[in-house]
Amino acid sequence: MKNENIKEIIQNWAPDLEFTEDSKEYVTVVVPREHLRDFLRKLKDDEQTKMDYMFCLTGVDYPKYLEVIYHLESTTLGLVLVVKVRTEDRDENCVIDTVSDIYRTAELNEREVFDLLGVRFEGHPDLRRLFLTEDWVGYPLRKDYVDPVNIVNR
Amino acid sequence: MRQEELTIRPQGKTEEYFINMGPQHPATHGVLRLLLTLDGEIVKKVDPDLGYIHRSIEKMTEHDTYRQIVHLTDRMDYLSAHINNEAVCLAVEKGLEIEVSDRVKVVRTIMAELTRLSSHMLWWGVTGMDTGALTTFMYAFRDREMINDIFEETCGARLTMNYFVPGGMMWDIHPNFQKRVKEFIAHFKTKLPEYDLLLSDNVIFRKRTEGIGFLTKEDAISFGVTGPGARASGVSCDIRKKQPYSAYDRVQFKEILGTVGDTFDRYRMRILEMWESMHIIEQLIDNIPEGEIQAKTNAVIKLPKGEFYQRVETARGELGVHIISDGKKSPYRMHFRSPGFANLSVIDHVARGWKVGDLVAIMATFDFVIPDIDR
Amino acid sequence: MYDFTGMIQGINNWLHSILPDMAATFVGWVLVGAIYLAIFAVLGLVLVLAERKIAAFFQLRLGPNRIGPWGLFQTVADAIKLLLKEPVGTTRADSFLYNLAPYFVILAALLSMSVLPFAKGLQAFDIDIGIFFMIAMSSLGVMGILLGGWASNNKYALLGAMRSGAQMISYELSVGLSILTIVLLSGSLKMSEIVTAQSDYWNIFKGHIPAVIAFMIFTIAGTAETNRTPFDLTEAESELGAGFHTEYSGLKFAFFFLSEFVNMFIISAVAATIFLGGWMPLHLGGLEGFNHLMDFIPGIFWFLGKVGFMIFLMMWFRWTFPRLRIDQLLKLEWKYLLPLNLMNILLMALIVLMGWHL
Repeated sequence: MKNENIKEIIQNWAPDLEFTEDSKEYVTVVVPREHLRDFLRKLKDDEQTKMDYMFCLTGVDYPKYLEVIYHLESTTLGLVLVVKVRTEDRDENCVIDTVSDIYRTAELNEREVFDLLGVRFEGHPDLRRLFLTEDWVGYPLRKDYVDPVNIVNR
Repeated sequence: MRQEELTIRPQGKTEEYFINMGPQHPATHGVLRLLLTLDGEIVKKVDPDLGYIHRSIEKMTEHDTYRQIVHLTDRMDYLSAHINNEAVCLAVEKGLEIEVSDRVKVVRTIMAELTRLSSHMLWWGVTGMDTGALTTFMYAFRDREMINDIFEETCGARLTMNYFVPGGMMWDIHPNFQKRVKEFIAHFKTKLPEYDLLLSDNVIFRKRTEGIGFLTKEDAISFGVTGPGARASGVSCDIRKKQPYSAYDRVQFKEILGTVGDTFDRYRMRILEMWESMHIIEQLIDNIPEGEIQAKTNAVIKLPKGEFYQRVETARGELGVHIISDGKKSPYRMHFRSPGFANLSVIDHVARGWKVGDLVAIMATFDFVIPDIDR
Repeated sequence: MYDFTGMIQGINNWLHSILPDMAATFVGWVLVGAIYLAIFAVLGLVLVLAERKIAAFFQLRLGPNRIGPWGLFQTVADAIKLLLKEPVGTTRADSFLYNLAPYFVILAALLSMSVLPFAKGLQAFDIDIGIFFMIAMSSLGVMGILLGGWASNNKYALLGAMRSGAQMISYELSVGLSILTIVLLSGSLKMSEIVTAQSDYWNIFKGHIPAVIAFMIFTIAGTAETNRTPFDLTEAESELGAGFHTEYSGLKFAFFFLSEFVNMFIISAVAATIFLGGWMPLHLGGLEGFNHLMDFIPGIFWFLGKVGFMIFLMMWFRWTFPRLRIDQLLKLEWKYLLPLNLMNILLMALIVLMGWHL
């Protein structure tokens, strides 16, 4: 099964990475922030994985931290991997390294996550708000975002 | 603009200037603002400014039940309404691990292919109109009316269908459905060659689109471009072939790949896809199997804890529905990977160095629907 | 063929008999001017409605049919609307040039129309250099467009005006050279002589191959002269708003708008006159009975029929073809049409010299 293959390959590289069981369909791995770029670069370049296509970039808001989820696929080998990265906290240190030079699709996607959730991406060529205006205060997709004018809570 | 800015300096230098292809513009297919940096007629930089139709659908999904979320999705990419609904229903069914009947699968596939035909018809009409052949718009809409009438009879609406629910369909298809679809296919088969020749046999159109706006295969994969835009560059990315859902595993159809990756290739892809869609419908329309319309689900659906991801192929490319659920009746976080978003990100890369008229042709063949991008 | 010269002489004599010399001439001028303005107005009325009805015919729909039977008064309603509109100029526009620009295009259109032969003897200005005068006058229209774009003080208008100026100047060459081809065949620049020289065959049959080539080039270049699709980049709605007349509204916009249709009429009339015989009925040299039959239809109807056919052709182009990009447009002219035209002239000269024409 392809899932077993990808699990073996990654365990060969870094035996102590954490695998979660959130998704029944895809293999999910949680990567520490410092190793994100090297991990993704290796996934892209290595002959066994050749993951050149990132098909989804999601930002999630948890009570203690913010998480960014990357869905990666290899167009030639057909392997799929889900990579999760967590920030340190929700306020000053929610910084993650950018991957926009490895996968060009991340440029707009990371701007969206910055705009709606407030995660700053270090090294992004042009990090500014995407949907909202430049002078908007706050990050609407966070769970604790209050806007008495625009949001109606029943 | 002041007179000094127009003067050509003695050394022969020219200055770059900004033009706003503003939110209201006949060629941007929705409210999209492009900040163009031009040098004469040549495009130096394209900076899209999104958010004019951002309705925060993803935030709304955190407070709605799964049945209500289906109604939100067909306002995202309103030209592939059925396919968007199908995506969410399939994701929820994946989470609940229920199996829908064959009848539902076949009807879902037929509706999806009809939607794809309707969307590509509108795209064809608008492409002609953007390049100057204004009559194509009228012809396209006349044939779309036939599809809209079919939808109206069965689903009750022409634009926001809401016919699929998690577990099946809302009600059974109309008795006239099969007959009308067959009539439409017979009629359209005679019309499509005519329409195709009107543009693709025209030397002016060929000169406007051939050799313009190249997108290489590596760039297409790196930028995440999917759909006919990527298939023209040679990327084999059809989800209907890679991970078949609904009834796609029991029909035969070809995945068409282009070689050159220019604007005319992207145009040709969609026309050939229309033929394949008709082929799929023909294979399915005669034997729609009997079965129940809705599988047994609770009134209020609660997905178990975990993450669920479903990929479908809309008319524009790969749509992904990512649900993170914590066991309640609304998802904890729901993210839509919209095809238009990735397709738009490549516009700056493709359009640099070409002229403003080429930019219009390139955008026409990438086929944006802005509500899909802004969600 | 009924000869209008007699009637016009009669009116002239009557005027001179009741008024002193200078006044009679002056009243004659005013009369001709008024008739031409009336033609201008009626043309605008008819052509705008015809464009919309023909567009509807190609697009499988009905077109305007509410105002008047078959929508006949649609243009009247449009004209009233345009007159009642607020003339929104910009405060930063150069007001003298901004107001002057529309008059240039009207002037060019009216002057060009003055040498057209509508029927035998029915011509305002029958000078020895007829067709040459017409080409010269139609070049005035370019100035109006450039002035309009510049004086509007608007980026888009300027872009549109520059494109239009480059396009019109280039295609005037092709128009002039294809007319020259026919002048070689007919031997005279005088319009009435060109028409009477076609009394045995129309020019398009007479100078067979080069005349047909010249006709095709003339149609293409004429469509480009009048800024119609497939050469309507200047008003490309999908790209730049409205081109050089973005900042105009009300009556001044009506001038630009109408002058486009009248220019189309003029190009069609010239094509009909020099290639298709003007008001001369279809004569096949030698067949007396046939010719006599054709003569029953008066010349004015022949003229209007031919012009109508050419206008229908130009409108057909508009609703079928996409538009060309500006560099493709100029490349077409300078690299393809111009050399073709020059070779065509040589060919026509050879044919005239050797007497190989009909």
